[in-house]
Amino acid sequence: MSERLQNLLEGAFPDARGLEVLDRTGGGDHFHVTVVSPRFAGLSLVEQHRLVYDALAEPLADGTIHELRITTRGDA
Amino acid sequence: MSDLSDRIKETIDTEPVVAFIKGTHEQCMCGNSERALQALRSVGASFTAIDVLPDPAIRQELSALSSWPTIPQVFVGGELVGGADIVQELATTGELEAKLNEKLGDAWRDGGEERTVAVTDRQDPFRLAR
Repeated sequence: MSERLQNLLEGAFPDARGLEVLDRTGGGDHFHVTVVSPRFAGLSLVEQHRLVYDALAEPLADGTIHELRITTRGDA
Repeated sequence: MSDLSDRIKETIDTEPVVAFIKGTHEQCMCGNSERALQALRSVGASFTAIDVLPDPAIRQELSALSSWPTIPQVFVGGELVGGADIVQELATTGELEAKLNEKLGDAWRDGGEERTVAVTDRQDPFRLAR
């Protein structure tokens, strides 16, 4: 499941300088994703997280992701 | 727009600080909701909590209004400030206080009062206090 999230994030942030998906509990439904991308430059944290939510819209909507923590950085 | 959606929007627009959470401020049922409340408490902000658990429609209508898919959601002066991760980070960097000052002036520094109100009568022991 982490791999599916990783693939979705790589597709959405092809220029990412850092991309990490952590399965927090090992159960495949509680995740902490970290994305470092120049695309975040100048965006508010709300706007940054919205981009991550957009990338993961499918697993969020179908219930795959039960809980999601997000860390975003605009700098490398 | 539904009545419920109207009541959610009215609450966001009229309450200075609103946190939509799972549970109440006294009995929080979710670690992420608790993190958001702790962040607000860490800066001494008063807040009004809304429990989304009594009715799944609350969460659906809220996310439709806010374009934010997860709970918790914290609003200051009618603006979505973020979920648990963002509010926690902003509290750490001092930006949460800056946002509260920007939106509310000194009004949020009134002693860290907390309450939970309802936006629906369904399965809920609380009544809207106003």
